[in-house]
Amino acid sequence: MTTARTVLTIAALTLQEASRRRVLLALVALTVVLIALSAWGFSRVAAESGDATLTSGEARLTASILLNLVMFGFSLIAALGTAFLAGPTLSGETESGIALSVLARPIRRSALLLGKWLGLVAFGSGFVVVAGLAQCLVVWATVDYWPPQPAAALALLAGQTTVLLTLALLLSTAVSPMASGVVAVGLFGTTWIAGVVGGIGGSLGNEAVERVGTVSRMLLPTDGLWRGAMHGFQDPSALVQFGGADSEAFPFLSAAPLTPGYLLWAVAWVVMVGGLAVTSFQRKDL
Amino acid sequence: MTAGLAGRDAALDAASRLVAGLPPAPAVWCSGLRKRYGKRQAVADVSLEVGRGEVVGLLGPNGAGKTSVIKMLLGLVHPDAGEVMLLGQPAADPAARARVGYLPELFRYQPWLSATEVLALHVRLSGTDVTPAQRRDVLALVGLGDRAGDRVGGFSKGMQQRLGLAVALVARPELVVLDEPTSALDPLGRADVRDIVLDLKARGVAVLLNSHLIGEVERVCDRVVILDRGRVAASGTLAELLGQRELKLQLTGVSAAARERLAATGPVEREGDWFTVALAADEDTAVPALVADLVALGAQVHAVEPARITLEERLLGILRSASEARSDTEGSSR
Repeated sequence: MTTARTVLTIAALTLQEASRRRVLLALVALTVVLIALSAWGFSRVAAESGDATLTSGEARLTASILLNLVMFGFSLIAALGTAFLAGPTLSGETESGIALSVLARPIRRSALLLGKWLGLVAFGSGFVVVAGLAQCLVVWATVDYWPPQPAAALALLAGQTTVLLTLALLLSTAVSPMASGVVAVGLFGTTWIAGVVGGIGGSLGNEAVERVGTVSRMLLPTDGLWRGAMHGFQDPSALVQFGGADSEAFPFLSAAPLTPGYLLWAVAWVVMVGGLAVTSFQRKDL
Repeated sequence: MTAGLAGRDAALDAASRLVAGLPPAPAVWCSGLRKRYGKRQAVADVSLEVGRGEVVGLLGPNGAGKTSVIKMLLGLVHPDAGEVMLLGQPAADPAARARVGYLPELFRYQPWLSATEVLALHVRLSGTDVTPAQRRDVLALVGLGDRAGDRVGGFSKGMQQRLGLAVALVARPELVVLDEPTSALDPLGRADVRDIVLDLKARGVAVLLNSHLIGEVERVCDRVVILDRGRVAASGTLAELLGQRELKLQLTGVSAAARERLAATGPVEREGDWFTVALAADEDTAVPALVADLVALGAQVHAVEPARITLEERLLGILRSASEARSDTEGSSR
């Protein structure tokens, strides 16, 4: 059997697991609630600006911030969802014995891992893209705001999900299913906070504090990609409106777009961590 | 030049004829397997072979390393040393497992799939062409014909083990490795497994069977390998291992000379009036001669019962003598 066929079979199986285990259903329910709430919120904003208590610039700023806030909610759901899917799917199967009969087939462990990764990437990315797009449409319909670079921003959100689930897969080759999910989500939260701290350092002109954010963004690129995504969702005038460089300290606006170098680093990071996961899984005694 | 080419062709021809004429490589061949988990040496030095179409039983106490050996054969555990060949191919290449079916000791299958879907998955992964009708037949063979569409999550342990058996059999294997295949089965299920193994044997499929149920092994296996503390303690055909016979005698008035005569025949065990003597396998005249001598030496013979030792007794004998030998060497090394 060719490796490509094994990878696709396992990827399809992973997607099937996500839908049969009601993960998909739970995500859809959460998303619908979040979108409905935000639709109500945005319609209130529209009503306020209709009363002319908000200038058009203020309305765009509010829409940008609110959109980023809701998108953060989605990225959090995607992060938690995939991290808790990625953990059990590998170490859980090793622990329960499901992996024994599968890996006794003429397949490579790397193909199994790649298949799982691919299935999870499709699932996580599919979720953020569909939910994110639905959210953009809601904003467009309620306050007539359309983000400047929606495609790039959604792709970056998908990238953020991919980074986190790759990390969760690596962890799940080494530690228990529960621990891998907890550690991955913990690191995700820590990096986000470090990013905010770094932003505050930047606006205060304190280099040491600013470096916290920079370093954490290199170690785990989730926060960096998230900031890039926010930059694609927000109105360019929003930053000026908010107060220029000082907006760095605000967690739901992003001062600068991503550099190509950082994107390359994020790709390299995924390849590196994925490679580590393969090595660790290949060495494992089942 | 042309002559040289013709000569090479002839040599190649001869070589290919020679190779084609060779018997097929054994289903399993392993040599010098070792595995250490932390401080514990799980497998110290195991070499074994399972011929094509042969049913080999793996016996031994808990912790003897049987499951570790099986997992090393299948590439699930990496040996510290040693070589493994499956169906003539080095086991390091996953393709060697294309014609291998495996029922793990820890049998669990995707609970969110139905029995049919689990089989379909394994057929896909094995890269074999198995029609849906053939898959249904395998499920029927293991007694799951009417549960084919049900989710595995709702199966009892026994049914999951039956499904595991179907998974091991579905991709037309030439070697089937069964690790404790009846641990969750009722007596009826155990009889089914026995029939399935005998059927595999009849079809020329090699089977490596690890089981605690010695009776099961004794009924279906051509050969037995006994592991103890990670080493092969004994191996051979059942006839070789069980060749030893016993004679039970009920005697009274046994003189010292009669006792010596008994001891000269073989190791003697005494329980009241009953004497058990181990006999060598090939002596047909031993029993009448012994009885005549005992009578001549004044012993009264009340009963003479020939007995063949069971595999269980042989196994216990091998394991006990091994542990005695160990305690002796430990004692002398102190």
